[in-house]
Amino acid sequence: MTAAVTASTLVVAYGGGAPALEGVDFSLPAGSSLCVLGPNGGGKTTLFRALTGELTPLRGSVHVDERPAYLAQTERTRLDFPVSALDVALMGSLANGRWWLPARRSDRAAARGALARVGLDDRADVRFGELSGGQRQRVLLARALVQDASVLLLDEPLAGVDPASGERIEALFRELRDEGRTLLVSTHDVDSARAFDRVLCLNQRQIAFGNPSTALTRAALERTYGDEIVVLADDGSGGPVRAVTVQHHHH
Amino acid sequence: MDLLEPLQSGIERRALLEVALLGGFCGALGYWIATFRLSYPAESLAHGLLPGLVLAALAGLPLLLGGVVGVAAAALVIALAGRDPRVGSDTATAVAVTGLLGFGGLLALSPDAPARLEELLFGNPLGVSDGDLIAAAVLALLGCAALVGLHRALGAVALDADGARALGIRPTAVRIALLGLLAAALAVAVQGLGSLLVLAILVAPAVAVRGHVSSPGRAMVAAGATAVVAGIAGIYASHLLGTAAGASVALTLCVAAAIGAGLPVRQAARNGGSPPLRSRASQ
Repeated sequence: MTAAVTASTLVVAYGGGAPALEGVDFSLPAGSSLCVLGPNGGGKTTLFRALTGELTPLRGSVHVDERPAYLAQTERTRLDFPVSALDVALMGSLANGRWWLPARRSDRAAARGALARVGLDDRADVRFGELSGGQRQRVLLARALVQDASVLLLDEPLAGVDPASGERIEALFRELRDEGRTLLVSTHDVDSARAFDRVLCLNQRQIAFGNPSTALTRAALERTYGDEIVVLADDGSGGPVRAVTVQHHHH
Repeated sequence: MDLLEPLQSGIERRALLEVALLGGFCGALGYWIATFRLSYPAESLAHGLLPGLVLAALAGLPLLLGGVVGVAAAALVIALAGRDPRVGSDTATAVAVTGLLGFGGLLALSPDAPARLEELLFGNPLGVSDGDLIAAAVLALLGCAALVGLHRALGAVALDADGARALGIRPTAVRIALLGLLAAALAVAVQGLGSLLVLAILVAPAVAVRGHVSSPGRAMVAAGATAVVAGIAGIYASHLLGTAAGASVALTLCVAAAIGAGLPVRQAARNGGSPPLRSRASQ
């Protein structure tokens, strides 16, 4: 199977500073799913920004089959901007490159369809800033769906969303993979990583990459998260463990 | 009073046409200037272009040329001044703009200069020439066409620049296009409203309509219409009260902004409309 996403000895830095992420080396087959784990500041978003082309590698290279759909963290959207959920989903059709033309009827149909897939077809005309955090995340996911890309990069799509939104989003992950799309999802939820084909652990460098059974070991998770990891169940075999992360607030 | 009276004078007819043409475009553009938080840079450019205007007046060249060169020079000076991180770009801009204003004043007040400083600073819509009107009409036509073409890209970048970039839109290019439109608008509109008052026609209408609109498209139309109505009201007020036309237009625009800002906000516009302007994931 051909690789849809590849990073080769990747090193990324911001400005002229020290590398924010280094030693990243993995290859993801088309149609598979990857869970990217790591603490805050561990380089998850940096990796995604390198894959979208927003950041140029300091060394090494990245390859993505075509322009990926990218779901950034919701923190970056502006809530006082007067657009409806449908307007936001419709922005996905800008990826067709004809940004100077008005949206076509087929674009509108695709945007409505995408909102239906994330379970928000009844909220199409509601103002984006009025939706809950989880609903906004689903609208942004709908925007990525309208883009109809074969590779999707989703940066913490489950952070701060309500359980209903979370379930809907996770169901959508399975649907997208069944459609043969390649999915990269970053998360803090170590337990949810077990449902993915591959796991990539980052802590400013690549700690582990592989199947959940080989990558989610106690040693790898402790090197990824340091004292933020709490192992819940460990059979002592050195194999995969169940664990959660806890946020230590340093004041 | 006879509402048609100002229309009978060619001078006032031209002034009304000028504020209508400038208002329609500048009001719509101003919505994006305010949305992209470019009001302070816009004010800086408007004030900083004064030396260009004065030099054109001294040399007997068209003021439009002076406006264009002045905007470009002001942008360069402000950009260079803002490069020193120890000073900070706000402070550097303030110093650079004050310096440019002072330099413009110095040139205009030299003994052999024509006494037009007041007009260059505060504008004189009643003094617009046919050439000014043509420039305003071309600006309105091309500028509105550019805003229509850029509409979706502007919206995508305004909502979230990273998301827009992932869709293949280059946020920096969109911002540069917006600044280009701003520079063109300032260079043309400064003829009628002057270096100190021109910002009113750009920013005040956006303040007036913000909070009462349901989409960026409607905001642009509403801001353009507000600028036209307030601009015309300003010319009438100056006619009736015998006040300076440029200052009257600037004041009616600011009164419209105050009224718009004071009216109850649309329910839909209120949620999330106050700071913080960026969403926060719930903790």
